[in-house]
Amino acid sequence: MELNQLTIHELQEKIKNGETSATQIIESVFDRINAVEERVHSYIRLMRDEALAAAKKADEEIEKGRINTLTGIPIALKDIVCTKGINTTCGSRILHNFVPPYDATVVEKLRKAGAVFVGKANMDEFAMGSSTETSYFGVTRNPWDLERIPGGSSGGSATAVAADECIASIGSDTGGSIRQPAAHCGVVGLKPTYGRVSRFGLIAFASSLDQIGPLTKDVEDCALMMNVLAGYDPRESTSVPMEVPDYRQFVGRDIKGWKIGIPQEYFIEGIDPEVSAAVKKAITVVQACGGQCVDISLPHTEYCLAVYYIIAPAEACSNLARYDGVRYGHRASEVKDLLEMYKRTRREGFGAEVKRRIMIGTYALSAGYYDAYYKKASQVRALIRRDFDEAFQKCDVILTPTTPTPAFKIGEKTDTPLQMYLSDIFTISTNLAGNPGISVPCGFTAAGLPMGVQFLAGHFEEGKLIQIASAYEKNANIEKRRPQL
Amino acid sequence: MEFETIIGLEVHAQLLTETKIFCNCSTKFGGAPNSHTCPVCLGMPGVLPVLNKKVVEYALKMSLATNSTINKTCSFARKNYFYPDLPKGYQISQYAYPISEHGSVVLDIDGEQKKIGITRIHMEEDAGKLIHDDYNPMSYVDLNRTGVPLIEIVSEPDMRSPAEAAEYLKRLHEILVYLEICDGNMEEGSFRCDANVSIRPKGQEEFGTRTELKNMNSFRNVQRALEYEVKRQQYIVENGGEIVQETRLWDDAQGATNPMRSKEEAHDYRYFPDPDLVPVIVDDAWIDEVRKGLPELPVAKRERFVQDYQLPAYDAGVLTADKALAKYFEDVVALCSRPKAASNWVMGDVLRFLNEDKRDIRDCPITPASLAEMILLIEDGTISGKMAKDIVVEMYKTGGAPKAIIEEKGMVQITDEGALIAAIQKIIDANPNQLKDYRGGKDKLFGFFVGQVMKATQGKANPKMVNDLLKKMLAG
Repeated sequence: MELNQLTIHELQEKIKNGETSATQIIESVFDRINAVEERVHSYIRLMRDEALAAAKKADEEIEKGRINTLTGIPIALKDIVCTKGINTTCGSRILHNFVPPYDATVVEKLRKAGAVFVGKANMDEFAMGSSTETSYFGVTRNPWDLERIPGGSSGGSATAVAADECIASIGSDTGGSIRQPAAHCGVVGLKPTYGRVSRFGLIAFASSLDQIGPLTKDVEDCALMMNVLAGYDPRESTSVPMEVPDYRQFVGRDIKGWKIGIPQEYFIEGIDPEVSAAVKKAITVVQACGGQCVDISLPHTEYCLAVYYIIAPAEACSNLARYDGVRYGHRASEVKDLLEMYKRTRREGFGAEVKRRIMIGTYALSAGYYDAYYKKASQVRALIRRDFDEAFQKCDVILTPTTPTPAFKIGEKTDTPLQMYLSDIFTISTNLAGNPGISVPCGFTAAGLPMGVQFLAGHFEEGKLIQIASAYEKNANIEKRRPQL
Repeated sequence: MEFETIIGLEVHAQLLTETKIFCNCSTKFGGAPNSHTCPVCLGMPGVLPVLNKKVVEYALKMSLATNSTINKTCSFARKNYFYPDLPKGYQISQYAYPISEHGSVVLDIDGEQKKIGITRIHMEEDAGKLIHDDYNPMSYVDLNRTGVPLIEIVSEPDMRSPAEAAEYLKRLHEILVYLEICDGNMEEGSFRCDANVSIRPKGQEEFGTRTELKNMNSFRNVQRALEYEVKRQQYIVENGGEIVQETRLWDDAQGATNPMRSKEEAHDYRYFPDPDLVPVIVDDAWIDEVRKGLPELPVAKRERFVQDYQLPAYDAGVLTADKALAKYFEDVVALCSRPKAASNWVMGDVLRFLNEDKRDIRDCPITPASLAEMILLIEDGTISGKMAKDIVVEMYKTGGAPKAIIEEKGMVQITDEGALIAAIQKIIDANPNQLKDYRGGKDKLFGFFVGQVMKATQGKANPKMVNDLLKKMLAG
């Protein structure tokens, strides 16, 4: 196996044993990028020079015996997290030239843990999308089938891991943007509890839903990444000052006697039969591990999509108001006055999906509509959250499919936004409720497309997710495959 | 037709915190453009606000000082609109859940007490400033002021005249300055006022259509703008017209208000709860702590001055209008125990000197100790009131103590009876005719003799002793 194909924990062993160096690892990653990036397009920007310099520094540290959690590990960053001195575009023309003078908190943490940044991964513009087709910088292709979408919005983060163009990556999840592409690309993706990982420096889409999380090759790597990412940040008011456990301790523990909640609302007509079969098989695996399945109900599930598509655009239209061409980013040229500057800057700077959501959000917050839309949605959101709180009285974790179908074809849903929105139907509820969720590979379709099973847990119970995901991963015997590129 | 005026005021007060409301930038006025900024107040992508606790504390002070009901839970909302001085495209303010409501301020209108209701007090961030190039079609943005904390104090439509509105504004200003949470500088914009004004025929229950007035940057302008606007509205109604609901700008030079935007052009601010901030919880312990730290407020001080010092209400009003002045006065009284004399000197000479030089009482060269000493020197007859008038000028000029000045200038009063008798005798001897007339019943000539004695002693003779001695000696 090539170095770039290994996991964080495998590489750490090799580093500790002196079998390899950070420089060798990053070189193998860039060799792979040179070979496949043109076809996959995981990255908006590669950070080759910075990465080589960081690897050299990591090797000096290794030499001194100072090996941290991620020392010398190549990590891809979704281009939504701010990197000091490195363009951060959010997949948008309006930020094509934006260079942040600060690092996001997670970037600081990863840097401190010794990570080597490979580049800025492609994404749907402002994380609005489920296919990475709305990026101003072009589409990202699924490494398992280049005609298909990788999922989104953290598409580039998922493909970079799946195609071995990095070892692990950072994504962000507002309605499924980590878990859905993880499922489509056959990698592990975790959305932590709202407030668990700092949002400082994460370019906001919908502030009450956004959460940063890792995409990794296996569950143990997910735990290692969470050890670095999680924790209170005084720079974020919604960050929760709660102690962070060592997530690695949950890896390999059994789940005997656990109650696994199966929500009837998530096993509905319209799920792809292969996905349905794979998830049903996953249920038997967790049962074989000692898990006990219980039927539960999340009665407000049917409203999730509607609630999400009011709250997320409402917050987005306000969050994106700052892109006005006054201080940074794209500014329309040759304008006659302020109003024209605003209008043309935003018309030229934003893509169609972003404009659509700004319009929806503006409408939902307008005088005379606020009560019927935003306020009502907030009330239903509280009920959705209560559904989960009540469900977790009856079970330890909930098991669901991550997506209703495997990855669809590029261009298949770009003209039917509502169809596109439905691909997040199983992931959106946890963002509304704030709970954590993880997607773990659960097999392949006959056509060779990966599928994912999702586990959900109570607030701040990422440890439980890692425990069950790791137990499942160990016992499911999912065939080890690599995409043929 | 007789009209009644209805006025409500919205006051914005910049809070005197060291740092901004949601970041650590300095709030200092007058730095180089954009020197007091950071990614947070510049509204850069991905940054987040963290509330400055001091802002809540100051807002609580004002809430308690106006007897407002404090909401144990309050929260921030976004007020969305586009303008280059507003980097995020929204202002973080409070909307549905302000920090306090239902307060009041009591005015003294011609000896009658009148309570003006305060609808609400809320916390928010200030916007930046635009600087327009006069010669080129170019505008510059200075974001130093962006994120400076404000409280907005919204009154009920309880004022019935521009004078009442001005009085309310002064009382509010006085409280803010007393609390040391706002410097009250209207010119620099740290104390700003918008007014809602309407008129209605006397006796009518419902309000007339109101206009909102902006851009009044002094107490005087607030009153002038309101007076103008009331007249304008009356003129329209009397001539069969209708008031248009709109925002109007006061033009100081023109002495008139002009339309800025109509109701139709008004922004839809699309307020909604700010998801980046958590609700502010204020518990009883915090309220008690703030309450304990409150200074004596102007109204209470005024009452105490009347009660304890037996001062006329007028004196109490002047002395307490400025907290530092009140303290100065009290320091003087503490050292001489002559409240009325102290009040006269402070309100008279001291304030006149300071006003002439546009100086603050904090910079007064005459220390309270010196003034007290001088009052006692008058009291024990060392100097006369007339001499004191000259001495106090010297004290103000040099900052010297009265005793030193008296010594230096040889200004001590002649209180030696022998010396005075000798001086008086000389005058009597030199004016036999006047003496004859006086003894013949011309009482008025007494003043002549006093004048002669004072002249002969260069004003140093103790006037009371001169009076007494003259009476005896003239009588023969």
